[in-house]
Amino acid sequence: MENQYDVIIVGAGVVGNAIARELSKTSVSVAVIEKELDVSMGTSSRNSGVIHSGIHYKPGTLRASLNVLGNSMMADLCRDLKVKIDYIGKLTVARDEEEIKSLYMIKEQGEANGVPGLEILDPNAMEKIQPRVGGIKALHSPSTGIICPYSLTIALAENAHANGCHFFLGHGVTAIRKIQDGFEIEASGKKLTAKVLINSAGLYSADVCRMLGIHEYNIYPCRGEYLILDKRLKGTLNVLVYPAPHHGKAGLGIHLTNTVSGNILIGPSNEYLEDPEDYACTADIMAQLRKEGHALLPELKTTDFIRSFSGLRPKQTRPEVGGFKDFVIEDREDIKGFINLVGIESPGLTSSPAIALMVRDMVGKHLPLTLKNDFIGTRSGMTGHFHELSNEEKADLVAGNPDYGEVVCRCEQITKKEVLDAVENPLGVRTINSIKYRSRAMMGRCQGGFCLPRIVQILEKEFGYRPEDYLLKNRISPLFLGKMRQDTP
Amino acid sequence: MKTIKKDLVIIGGGPAGLAAAVSARKKGLSDILLIERDKILGGILNQCIHDGFGLHTFKEALTGPEYAQRFIDEFHGLGIEAMPETIVLSLDKEKTLTVSSKKGFVKIKANAVILAMGCRERTAGAISLPGTRPAGVYTAGAAQNFVNLQNIMIGKRIVILGSGDIGLIMARRMTLEGAKVEAVFELLPTPSGLARNVQQCLNDYGIPLFLSTSVFELHGKDRLTGVTVAKVDEKFQMIPETKRLVPCDTLLLSVGLIPENELSLGAGVRLEPATSGASVDDRFMTNIPGVFSCGNVLHVHDLVDHVSEEAALVGQSAAAYLLDRTESAAAIPVVTKEDIRYVLPQKISGKTDVTLSLRVTRPMRNASVLVADGDRKIARKKLVRLHPAEMIRIKVKAKHIENAEKLEVSVQC
Repeated sequence: MENQYDVIIVGAGVVGNAIARELSKTSVSVAVIEKELDVSMGTSSRNSGVIHSGIHYKPGTLRASLNVLGNSMMADLCRDLKVKIDYIGKLTVARDEEEIKSLYMIKEQGEANGVPGLEILDPNAMEKIQPRVGGIKALHSPSTGIICPYSLTIALAENAHANGCHFFLGHGVTAIRKIQDGFEIEASGKKLTAKVLINSAGLYSADVCRMLGIHEYNIYPCRGEYLILDKRLKGTLNVLVYPAPHHGKAGLGIHLTNTVSGNILIGPSNEYLEDPEDYACTADIMAQLRKEGHALLPELKTTDFIRSFSGLRPKQTRPEVGGFKDFVIEDREDIKGFINLVGIESPGLTSSPAIALMVRDMVGKHLPLTLKNDFIGTRSGMTGHFHELSNEEKADLVAGNPDYGEVVCRCEQITKKEVLDAVENPLGVRTINSIKYRSRAMMGRCQGGFCLPRIVQILEKEFGYRPEDYLLKNRISPLFLGKMRQDTP
Repeated sequence: MKTIKKDLVIIGGGPAGLAAAVSARKKGLSDILLIERDKILGGILNQCIHDGFGLHTFKEALTGPEYAQRFIDEFHGLGIEAMPETIVLSLDKEKTLTVSSKKGFVKIKANAVILAMGCRERTAGAISLPGTRPAGVYTAGAAQNFVNLQNIMIGKRIVILGSGDIGLIMARRMTLEGAKVEAVFELLPTPSGLARNVQQCLNDYGIPLFLSTSVFELHGKDRLTGVTVAKVDEKFQMIPETKRLVPCDTLLLSVGLIPENELSLGAGVRLEPATSGASVDDRFMTNIPGVFSCGNVLHVHDLVDHVSEEAALVGQSAAAYLLDRTESAAAIPVVTKEDIRYVLPQKISGKTDVTLSLRVTRPMRNASVLVADGDRKIARKKLVRLHPAEMIRIKVKAKHIENAEKLEVSVQC
């Protein structure tokens, strides 16, 4: 029946989509409801993109076990989904005796969690891994990796979609009623029912709880701002370098992070807010990040800052408490069929495939899960981007499709074919940001100054866009106000 | 991959590339290829539909497309080969280019290369503009493309940050299209664009220009709803008590241009921090023998006439280099002193007359630009008005510099 599902997942972040893909391996019918027009619009795309090793979490917590399991699953998952991942490793650096003690404690904790390959290094060994790293000792965790977080989220969603999962994008949940044998969900005027309801609404997870009369959770958005650096600096950083952590902090401290696309990020900051949608960047923190950046990276020039962004951590602890609380992942006994995920902040990205397994088992207690034999776990297409291929591979592709020969985004060398593929994405999302996140066009140093006019032209010529059809991210973010002059009939 | 050989390859078919190609051909060079990423030649001039181009070169006021067309006609008249809709992906120090087009990937081995890639606009990210990231924030040049080439109305209530020439031109353009341009805000105490543009684009339309004032925050999560502006002190620090909100739906940025030298860097071309362009000798040759640079990729110009003039010289130099195979003899450094932001060429031979192009660091009145070799005065140019927005050119005769050790350029009040 239309709009009746076995399982409905609220929230299309990395966790919701990992669960959707896991369940799409089975015979249950699954739908994902998301208030934004695209997947990965919240915390999932606005973070450092680090696949953590699992050294920082107390043994026995969900964060520890799901992180380590998730990390070990990520390589295969990324291979299947054609998502670029790079296990570059991380140095956690101590600058004084006190911090050395904390390094040994972290190492012991990591080993208890099952993190492989941990080693305490002296300055000589540190220097070999990362020249001019500074500090007097460092903990090396070789299983730390980097990934493009929205590429992973989009890939999970597209693969779930290819295996029969339905997506209701642009549908904000306004009411949930417990009915016999399930739930009735109202979302942007649509009524849907589900036997099992999964709350993976991230920053809004406590709100979803309240719709079902659960008042024990609160989410305190905690903003982290980042600056993105020009690719010119690619290669100055071989590994991730973090300061030794200090007790009570809400994050892991400001640091440099390489991205799989070759940029370096500086950030994130820590600032509790009221508004779960406040992605502004602030003058004070941007100035602080610039200062820290110059201190951490002597080659940095003022012209290397190409963009800033911020993300919000869905924290369960009040600002005056700070620190971390463990993930809440529960199969509610009081509300049968309600699987509740609250406070999935860091390391949520790394943990996402492991969380999906845990949630699948919870679903299995309510519904019979039979594995489908027509599940296809791999995605077609290329891993990464056209410009990363060898000249021979490129020449072959251009010979087969001339659109690969036309470079639309000059800074990132993104071709027309890649832009067209992004426009024609399986989820049917057509915002400018959805094209940007999928193709990488507009993400380079000119920030779309060159390619946005070209992409606008492609959308007009090949997809019939009128000026009012161009949306940045949602229905109320139009790029343009119309035509200057109407065409003569 | 196919490799083709060319004597001279010119990267970029804007005003610089066109003028360089035409003059190289007129000097007798036959094997020239000009590579252009767009469908048509002319570069950014195609979207500059206002007039005022060509006052120096043709002694008449042309629109951008008209100005470009004169060079395009001459270019085609001389039968020079162009490769449109083709992008250069890389250039190495052996002057081998990898290019991509719908027809495929090709390697081109050149004996000489002229860099004429132009420049790009500084963005909101580049100036670390705080606030939200809504729709409705455009660089002035991108906005000009939408409005002039794509018939798209970008907004109704407009604020412009930066008084660069494109921003000024767009203030007038949007006003003519019925939008309300609230104001132009400029961080510096003086306008960044040409005086004639301040008069003709702002004053004539009653658009206010606020100097020593900048935008400090963007508002609106979806579409822009306003900007916070404030005055700054002499150190460009915001004066908090002057903060005010200006409601608007569109912000245009005209906050500077950056020479597009990523290809040059790949070839090992040495850049000058003051211009972000190549360091060149009096033939406009870079540190890589046979690689020349001209136009906005060398240094950002304020008049296209100067671009064409400079590029014509470069075309001749490249032709002479290929026809005579002369090595660079430039050994005399040209350096900046008081109040000069940059001067180029940065090195000269002393064997030919040379025109130095320079910019001052701050506005001044009734002063002279002085070129000297130690205590020996070589050239002097008296000016009533000196302004960082206006490039100054000064001619130096070969007979005065052939034995010079070093040319020092300064401003004498």
